Amino acid sequence: MVKVTESPEKPKFKSETMQEVQRITAQYPEGKQKSAILRVLHLAQAEFGGWLSVNTMNYVAEILNLRPIEVYEVASFYSMYNLKPVGKYMLEFCHTATCATMGVESLIDYTCKKLGIKTGETTADGLFTIKEVECLGACGYAPMLQLGKSYREHLTPEKIDALIDELKAKG
Amino acid sequence: MSRKLLLKNAHIEGIETYEVYRKNGGYASTEKALKMTPEKIVEEVQKSGLRGRGGAGFPTGMKWSFLAKPDGIPRYLVVNADESEPGTFKDRFLMEKIPHLLIEGMINSCFALGANVGHIFIRGEYMWIVDILEKAIAEAKSNGWLGKNILKSGYDCEIYVTPGAGAYICGEETALLEALEGKRGNPRNKPPFPAVKGLYQCPTVVNNVETIAAVVPIIELGGEEYAKIGIGKSTGTKLISASGNINKPGIYEIELGMKMEEFIYSDEWLGGIPKGKRMKACIPGGSSMPILPNYLVTKTANGEDRLFSYEGLNDGGFESGTMLGSGGFMLYDEDQCIVRNTWNFSRFYHHESCGQCSPCREGTGWLEKVLHKIENGHGTMSDIDLLWDIQKSIDGNTICPLGEAAAWPVAAALRHFRDEFEWHVKNPQLCMSQNFGMHTYADARPIKVAQA
Ligand SMILES: Cc1cc2nc3c(=O)[nH]c(=O)nc-3n(C[C@H](O)[C@H](O)[C@H](O)COP(=O)(O)O)c2cc1C
Ligand code: SF4
Ligand code: FES
Repeated sequence: MVKVTESPEKPKFKSETMQEVQRITAQYPEGKQKSAILRVLHLAQAEFGGWLSVNTMNYVAEILNLRPIEVYEVASFYSMYNLKPVGKYMLEFCHTATCATMGVESLIDYTCKKLGIKTGETTADGLFTIKEVECLGACGYAPMLQLGKSYREHLTPEKIDALIDELKAKG
Repeated sequence: MSRKLLLKNAHIEGIETYEVYRKNGGYASTEKALKMTPEKIVEEVQKSGLRGRGGAGFPTGMKWSFLAKPDGIPRYLVVNADESEPGTFKDRFLMEKIPHLLIEGMINSCFALGANVGHIFIRGEYMWIVDILEKAIAEAKSNGWLGKNILKSGYDCEIYVTPGAGAYICGEETALLEALEGKRGNPRNKPPFPAVKGLYQCPTVVNNVETIAAVVPIIELGGEEYAKIGIGKSTGTKLISASGNINKPGIYEIELGMKMEEFIYSDEWLGGIPKGKRMKACIPGGSSMPILPNYLVTKTANGEDRLFSYEGLNDGGFESGTMLGSGGFMLYDEDQCIVRNTWNFSRFYHHESCGQCSPCREGTGWLEKVLHKIENGHGTMSDIDLLWDIQKSIDGNTICPLGEAAAWPVAAALRHFRDEFEWHVKNPQLCMSQNFGMHTYADARPIKVAQA
């Protein structure tokens, strides 16, 4: 069984996050609070285990005064939302265009072998998920991957080794 | 040295902060703009000849002049920072390095359009840039460039940032508006156009990041002066995101009209191709634009120098030209496989199709499947013709231009590199271990593709 971060049964934002939600919703005109949904879902995913469970989506619906179905519809459209549990660190490799020209495929293979998983899978300790994604706007610094809010560029096997060591040390 | 308008201060230490930006002449165009009338600013933008930098190259001044102005209904400026066209990473550079340039351009543009709110819709993967932009907005606001009664002009303006969440289609302007309204990013049927019914059904102008940034030098110089830079109807400068098999990948600001030869080979620019390899092909405008074989990159079919401009790249039309698009320049050396690259693009478009129209939803899937088959040595000669037919059946039959964006790269690859597709079919084993290499033909005429 893969160990993954569980999402809480009754999610509730920390009070700082709640303030952030209020700041975000206030940016849109009266009655158009739905505009805040994409950003609030990002916040929810970050705070509640790296993915969006039904409970989490229902909670977002509640605080934005939307019907749950409106949130499910949106969450399932956009590729950055994980509707299933993922590892603590998602290594999202760009596999498009110049990243492919510059050899990302062999790097993905290398990383998969190293971690003993396939693309789309999570390591048994729940630490790593490998995902392939489309062009991330870093083509001049290919090959590259995204890790949370940061990009790792000009990748080599040595850099992958160092990154994985760094993340394992952090745990 | 080519003239720089957008990136002239990009190298200055600390230019992302308000103090340094202001010290280097930042917000001077806003001081000037707020003393002009909105109509006068629109006129200057029209005179400048500025064309949209997001991909389609539509004249910006004309777009602005179409904006409906009914009484009592708010108008919006929406900046398209979705930047997801493979090969394109210029808006990211601009927003990361000189965020205030975009803010300054937005204030001027909002004022010109009579909008009191401007939204930046930025792809969700650029989340750290959301922080950079919001910091710049807060700095601009605390220094009186945003908020109420800016520079005592009586004009109010606010700017907000909304991140997307991973969907190329949200770069299409009506899908973007849907996303900004908190919905799935399905493109809308047009008409009505955003200029009449856009964000929240209000009149809206959608422009690319670079387009809005260019409004700053246009106001500083005046439209006429700006129009003197560049060549013909390709006025001003353009940011180019350069990647692939080149010595110096990165972001470049070119004066439109420079020679492709110089851009690719001179040390001041890309510095040529690494390891003494030869150029096999090039896509100068992003993945949606037709690929060119080496002999059509630096020269046109007539043997003239190919110029890096809207008209220069388009010389020869679909037969032997391409388009400037977003300026997502990608170069391929002799070791690259065109079939594999075309498959890679088709996989992208299939993944990104929103699925609303069947020619696009089904067609992109078929393109991916058939290309995968050929690339892996299982293709037949009739598959090559099938590819041509599928791309043709998508082109022009869809709600939004993603369909064409998926079809054109396939059409161009077949047109110029049919030999390589046939070689894959004839050498099913060899093609798995070896690349076709350079093509041998030097005929710029389109290769006739049999119709089923
Ligand atoms: C599938 C698709 C994706 C697009 N992606 C972008 C994009 O990422 N950024 C952008 O500025 N324009 C993009 N566009 C073009 C926009 O629809 C629109 O034309 C542009 O934002 C207008 O701004 P401009 O006139 O300043 O270029 C895309 C168009 C399509 C059809
Ligand atoms: S052309 Fe494709 S992406 Fe555009 S609306 Fe139709 S299905 Fe969606
Ligand atoms: S192709 Fe990988 S970041 Fe653009």
